[in-house]
Amino acid sequence: MSAPSLEIAQLTVRFGGLAAVDDVSFAVAPGRVHGLIGPNGAGKTTLFNLVCGLVAPTSGAIRLDGQRIDALPSWGRSKLGLARTFQNIRMFNDMSVLETVMTGMHAGLAESLPAVLLRLPSFRRAERAALEKAWELIDFVGLADAAQRRSGDLPYGDQRRLEIARALACEPRLLLLDEPAAGMNPSETHALEELLERLKGRGVTMLLVEHDMHFVMRLCDEITVLNFGRKIAQGAPVDVRADPAVVEAYLGAKVARSLEAPR
Amino acid sequence: MAEFLDDFLFTYQNLVYSLGVNGLLALSIYVVLAVGQLSIGQAAFMGLGAYVSALLTVKLGVAFPLVLLAAMITPALAALVVGAPTLRLSGVYLALATIGLGEVQRIVFINAEFTGGALGLSGIPTRGGLISIYGSLALALVAFVCVARSKIGRAMEAMREDELAAGALGVDLPAYKLGALVVSAMLAGLAGALNAHVSSFISPNDYGFDAAVTILSFALLGGIGSPFGPVLGAFILTLLPEVLRPLADYKTVVNGAIIVVAVIFMPRGLLAWRMGRAGAAFRRPK
Amino acid sequence: MLAQQLVNGLVVGSTYALFALGFTLMFGVLGVVNLTYGFYFSVGAFLALFATQHGASIWIALPLAALLSGCVAVVIDAALLTPLRRAKAPELASLMVTLGATMLLYSLANAALSTDIRRFPPGVIDATAIEVAGIRISMTQGLIIAAAGVMVSALLWVMNATRLGLGLRALAERPDVAGLMGVNAGALVRLVSLLSGALAGASGVLIGLNYNAIQPYMGEVMMLKGFAVIILGGLGDIRGALVAGLVVGMLETLTAGYVASSWKDAVGFVLLVLTLWIRPSGLFGRLAVKRA
Repeated sequence: MSAPSLEIAQLTVRFGGLAAVDDVSFAVAPGRVHGLIGPNGAGKTTLFNLVCGLVAPTSGAIRLDGQRIDALPSWGRSKLGLARTFQNIRMFNDMSVLETVMTGMHAGLAESLPAVLLRLPSFRRAERAALEKAWELIDFVGLADAAQRRSGDLPYGDQRRLEIARALACEPRLLLLDEPAAGMNPSETHALEELLERLKGRGVTMLLVEHDMHFVMRLCDEITVLNFGRKIAQGAPVDVRADPAVVEAYLGAKVARSLEAPR
Repeated sequence: MAEFLDDFLFTYQNLVYSLGVNGLLALSIYVVLAVGQLSIGQAAFMGLGAYVSALLTVKLGVAFPLVLLAAMITPALAALVVGAPTLRLSGVYLALATIGLGEVQRIVFINAEFTGGALGLSGIPTRGGLISIYGSLALALVAFVCVARSKIGRAMEAMREDELAAGALGVDLPAYKLGALVVSAMLAGLAGALNAHVSSFISPNDYGFDAAVTILSFALLGGIGSPFGPVLGAFILTLLPEVLRPLADYKTVVNGAIIVVAVIFMPRGLLAWRMGRAGAAFRRPK
Repeated sequence: MLAQQLVNGLVVGSTYALFALGFTLMFGVLGVVNLTYGFYFSVGAFLALFATQHGASIWIALPLAALLSGCVAVVIDAALLTPLRRAKAPELASLMVTLGATMLLYSLANAALSTDIRRFPPGVIDATAIEVAGIRISMTQGLIIAAAGVMVSALLWVMNATRLGLGLRALAERPDVAGLMGVNAGALVRLVSLLSGALAGASGVLIGLNYNAIQPYMGEVMMLKGFAVIILGGLGDIRGALVAGLVVGMLETLTAGYVASSWKDAVGFVLLVLTLWIRPSGLFGRLAVKRA
C-alpha cells in the first residue's frame, strides 16, 4: 500500500493554555475524499490552518506524500502540491477569471525573470500553455462563458467555482476545502456537489470541512469527527452517523435519523 | 526647427530633466505599492544615490556608468538593512522604518564632513543628460510592462489584493516583497544620481520627508493598475506648478491634498485602466 | 555630571513616554498608524504659547491646550479615517491618508505661522532651580516630570481599573466582539482620539517649555522619535511605550552629552532598526506580532 496523501500524527497546538487541537491523528489515502466535522469551536479550522501553514503546531507532525511539511511556510507547502479554498471566499477582485486561474499555476510555472523581460520563446510557450490549461479548467468548472469577466463581479456560487479552479490550477496532490457549501442556496450546493463528484472521478484527493451533513455524508469516503480539539470518531459515513458519541456531541438524534432516511 | 528645439530645451531644460527624473521616481514607488507594501524611503534612496554618485564623480573621478551602478547598489543595501527584518511583519513596520531612514540619513549628510554638511555638494560636473534620463525611464517602463504581463505580475497583483490567498497559491511573499523593495531602491538611487549630474548641486534637505510624500503622491494620483499611471501622475504634478505659477508656493499643500483625496475618493487613481496580466492573447483554443 | 545628564534624560524621556503613550493607544485601540499624531503635538505647543501670551498661567494653558489638541484630533479622525473605516480599507490606506494630511497640515501651519522659533513669555515659570546633591532641577523640569507622572498614572488607572478601560481593551483585541458586548464603537473611537490628541498636545507644551522653542515642524521631529519609541516598546503596548520613552530620552541625552548633540536625533532610528532585527515584538514581546 502506498503512503497516504496526508498524514496527521499526534498533532497538537496550544493557544495560551488552551489546546485548540489536541493529539489528533488521521490519514487521507490517495484519491479519497475525507471529511472533517464537529461542532463550532471543535478545532476544524485550526486543523486546516495547521495543514496549510497559517498556524504553527506545538507538537506533532504533518506529512504530505510522506514528506514532513510542518516547518514550511504556506507558499512552500503549495509548491509541494497543497491547494486550498477559503471559508470566506478570497478573490483577486480586479483580475479576470482567466487571469485568476493562471495565478493559481504560480508554483508550477517556469518563467525566469530574464525570460520574462526578454520575452524569450520559452516564456511565450509557458504562457500559451498556461492559458490553454486555464481555459480547460474554467470549462471544467463551467465558467467558460465568464472567462473575461472581472472575478469580483461574479455571483457567489461562481466565485466558489472559480476558487476551486484556481486551487486545481497547480495540479494539487491534496485539495483542502474549507466549508465549500457555506452561504450557498440549495441549487448552488447541488451544482457544487456535482462538481466535486466529478473531481473525485478525476482522482483528486480532498480534505473538506463542512456543516451540511447530507453533503458530507454523500461525498466523503471517510469522516473524522472533532470535539473540543480531540478526535472522537473516525470511519465511513454510515458508521460515523450511527456512533453514539458523535450523535451526542454534534449531530443530535434528529439529524442522525434524517441522515439515515434516503433523500 | 532645430533652432527652435534648441531654444526650447535651453529655456525648459531643467523642467525636461525633472519630468524624466520624477517619472523614474514614480516607477520606484510603483513597484513597492504594486506588491501591497508602502515605503516612505524613496527620497532617502534617491538622496543616497545622489550623494554616492556625486562623491564618486567629484572626489574620485570614477567613470559615469560605474558611478550609476554604485548609485543603484548602495540604496539597495540600505533597503536590505531596513527592509529585510520587516518582511514577515505587518506592512506598517516597513513604512515606519523607511520614514526613519530618510530622517537619519539627513542627519548624517548634515553632520559628516565629506558630504559637505548642511551646505551640500556643489560643482558636480554635468554627465548623462537627456539620453540617460529618458533612456532609463523608457527601459524601466518596458521592463515593468513585461513583468506585469507574466506570472510575476500576476503574483504581485494577487499579493496586493489578498496576501493570504497569494501565499496559499505558492507566492513566496517575503522574496517578492524584498525583491520589490530592492528594485525600488535601485531605481530611486539611479534617479538621484542622474538628477545630481544635471543639476550640479545637491543638499541634504532635498531628500527629506516632503520629497518622500511628493513621490508617493505621483503614484496615488496616477493609479497603479499599470506602470503608466504613476509616470502620468509624476508628469502632471511636475508640470502643474509650472503652468499655474501661483500654485508653486503651495506645492506641498497640493501634493498632500492629492494623497488625501486620492485615497478616500479615487483609490484607483486618474489612470484607472488596469493592464492585463497574461503574456499571450486570450483566444479560446479550438 | 552623569547624574545631571540622567536627570535631564529623565525629563526628556518622560515627555517621550507621554507622547508615545497616545500614539500607541491610537494604534492599539483604533488599529491605525495615524501620522497626523505629531501635528497635535505642535498644536498643543502653539495653543499654550498663545494662551500664555494672553496672560493665562501655565496651569491653565497646559490643560486647555491638551483638551483643544484632543478636539482637533477628533475632528481630523472623523474627516479622514472614519470614511476608510466604513469602507473597510486596508491598513496601509489609512497610513497613506494621514501621511498626505500630515504634509498638508504642516504646510498650512507653516504658511500661517512661519517657521520662526517662538518662545514663551518670560516669567511663565519661576526661573529658580533647586539643587540636590549637586544636581540642578529647574522648576520647568519639575513641572514636566510631575505633569507627565500624573497623566501617565491617570491613564493607567483608567485602562486597568474602570469599565471604560475594559471597553477600550476589548475594542483593541476584538473590534467585532466589542460591538456585541454593547460597547459603542463610534463613541469610543472619538474618546480615544480625544485622549491621544490630548496626550500629544500636553507633551508638546512640556517639550516647548523644556527647550523654550516652538515652531510648526516640532511635531514632525517628535513623530520620528515616536516611531522609535513605539516600535522599541512594541506596537500597541502601553507599558512598553512608557519604558521605551524613558530609554530613548535617556540615551539621547547621554549621546548629546558624551558624543555630540547633532547626533542625538539619530539614536531613535538606530534603536528602531536594532529592534526590528533583534526583537520585532518590542521590549516586552508580549504582543503577538502581526505576521504576514
